[in-house]
Amino acid sequence: MLKINNLHAAVDGKAILMGLNLEVGSGEVHAIMGPNGSGKSTLAQVLAGRDSFTVTDGSVDWDGTDLLALPAEERARAGLFLAFQYPVEIPGVSNAYFLKAAVNAVRRHRGLPEYDAMDFLARVKAEMKAVGMKEEFLYRSVNEGFSGGEKKRNEVLQMALLEPRLAVLDETDSGLDIDALKIVAEGVNRLRSPERSMIVITHYQRLLDYIVPDKVHVLSQGRIVRSGGRELALELEAHGYGWIDADGKAAAAASGARS
Amino acid sequence: MSTIDAWVAHQRERACQLPGAALPWLARRRADAIARFADLGWPTSRLEGWRHTSLAFLDQQALAAPAFAPHPAFALATLRAAFDEGDHWLVFVDGRFAPVLSVTGMLPAGVKAGALSEALNSAPDAVEAAFGSADDSASPYALNLALCSDGAFVHLARGTALEQPLHLVFIGATGAADTHLRNLIVADANSEATVVEHHVGGGATLGTVVTRVQAAQDARITHVKLQQQDAQAIHLAQIEAEQARGAYFASHSLSFGARLARNDIRTRFAGEGCETLFNGLYHVDGRRHVDHHTLIEHARPLGTSREYYRGLVDGNARGVFAGRIIVAQDAQRTDAIQRCDNLLLSRLAEADARPELEIYADDVKCAHGATVGQIDEDALFYLRARGIDTDHARQLLTYAFAAEVIERIAHAAVRKRGRGLLLSSLPGGARMEALQ
Ligand SMILES: Nc1ncnc2c1ncn2[C@@H]1O[C@H](COP(=O)(O)OP(=O)(O)OP(=O)(O)O)[C@@H](O)[C@H]1O
Ligand SMILES: [Mg+2]
Repeated sequence: MLKINNLHAAVDGKAILMGLNLEVGSGEVHAIMGPNGSGKSTLAQVLAGRDSFTVTDGSVDWDGTDLLALPAEERARAGLFLAFQYPVEIPGVSNAYFLKAAVNAVRRHRGLPEYDAMDFLARVKAEMKAVGMKEEFLYRSVNEGFSGGEKKRNEVLQMALLEPRLAVLDETDSGLDIDALKIVAEGVNRLRSPERSMIVITHYQRLLDYIVPDKVHVLSQGRIVRSGGRELALELEAHGYGWIDADGKAAAAASGARS
Repeated sequence: MSTIDAWVAHQRERACQLPGAALPWLARRRADAIARFADLGWPTSRLEGWRHTSLAFLDQQALAAPAFAPHPAFALATLRAAFDEGDHWLVFVDGRFAPVLSVTGMLPAGVKAGALSEALNSAPDAVEAAFGSADDSASPYALNLALCSDGAFVHLARGTALEQPLHLVFIGATGAADTHLRNLIVADANSEATVVEHHVGGGATLGTVVTRVQAAQDARITHVKLQQQDAQAIHLAQIEAEQARGAYFASHSLSFGARLARNDIRTRFAGEGCETLFNGLYHVDGRRHVDHHTLIEHARPLGTSREYYRGLVDGNARGVFAGRIIVAQDAQRTDAIQRCDNLLLSRLAEADARPELEIYADDVKCAHGATVGQIDEDALFYLRARGIDTDHARQLLTYAFAAEVIERIAHAAVRKRGRGLLLSSLPGGARMEALQ
């Protein structure tokens, strides 16, 4: 269970998250939607431990641990996974080396034996097949020269390998063709389980046809301004965000009536 | 004993025992060279090319042969294990050829590779033509000429090719406080070879080495320098090439060791359509200092030069790069690219990267850039977000930054050796061995 309480975060003195509250239960999938620049990626990065953002107030409790007290790598080892909106290119480090180092760091932490080269290859090849990635991507530098869609698949591959307890997917559907979207959605659905929670950030209700969320939230100007079931996504698709007033708050009547 | 007068006296004493002492042309060049050295003294920061690398301290420096060193055969075995059986080896210990340790039995017809000291006996005219003078070189290289006790003499006849690399290994053991080596590589038309210079050991000694390459028409010579000397050594080196029409020359310089390492690397396109690659990597930490001064002289048209240097500067160390490119008025349709990028790994580390382009032709493509920066925060976070600890992530990114240089070495075994050296010089390198 993830409990975000009154979270405030800033970058270079500029407030971005301004009192965000959100609870995601075990086994639940929550979708977060919202206009560009509303703070969705900031929330994702703060959860993952990016220290260029300063948390100025609030707390995040994750199954009884104070998430914000852990450095990024420990959060990842404890089972938090962020699929980046913009995966980073790392020239000179092969994807194979990177994936193995990541998987083994997580396995060490969980008291599992580290994979040797053979076991790792067998495992990673099976997972790559599932997300439709050719083997050559193992031997290329991490994300370097990957197309937008290939980068997103590489994120889903990492998620599958790391078997997180909490996965945050930041626009993993952006830039995907319709076939890739299905593959990515299948990858996510395969991981759905009663112990695993997911936060899926997206601009398109289309994704939610494949990954059916338990709840949908609207983030605006650093706060959740509306929450609802999956029908909220359809409504947003039809009407856009025009109903959010200039202060970033949903018209009181609308939010009161529908959430 | 390092004062200038002492060096002059020392040279006078040693001269009669140096190889080729009986050859009048050589005696004359040595005499001119020591006179030039006496006249110039050690370069100080007052000289433009030595602004960041003054050698004035050598005036007071006591030099001593190391009291202990691994047996040269042991040092050599480690090196040889990294390479193919068929490679060729010329080994020098404390500035002298070590025939017992050398392996050159499998050289193809038309290729000669042996000690300079022997070539001065057997083929003095060929040596004279390739030897060079100290007329316009910096004073340490004049000292080198005056005192050089040995080195390699390599001759590739027209159309010959060495498939396996020729390794020149210079081991500093317990026998000398200073060594002065001169390597001459003469490549006739259409010949081809990869020559790898390894510098190991050395204790707190002073070593000078000059390597001269003459690449005749359409010859292809790749020179790789692997400098991994002891952390107290002083290493002063010049590599100078001259390329005839259509010749290719690559210089790879990987500098990991020594307290102070200075490399002056230059080539001149004496004919049309020459091509060169200057590729370099340095890693310095502690209070160590490394300096690469390069010069590519596009004297004739249609030349292509590519220069890529990268530096890792840690601790209180300093890395210096100055890359000069001259495009003569006649050198139309020159295509030159130069880059130097440095990673500062500590707050006290210092890097200077200075491009110097002098372009006198009008139809040229020249690009250059120099950066001094830190590890990319986005990449660091990406790795940490996958559970990789901060130290390992930093080391990995540092390795990756540097390895790009090594990937340009065409020969697979040499490239692998380069990666191995990089890993062993980086903290935490052992756990990244899979990257090799
Ligand atoms: N490093 C930064 N420096 C300054 N402003 C920043 C920084 N990072 C984010 N911001 C600002 O914070 C706001 C929220 O950005 P964020 O990336 O969280 O938005 P988002 O909801 O993910 O948008 P999108 O839908 O376009 O991905 C934006 O106005 C952005 O410009
Ligand atoms: Mg975003």
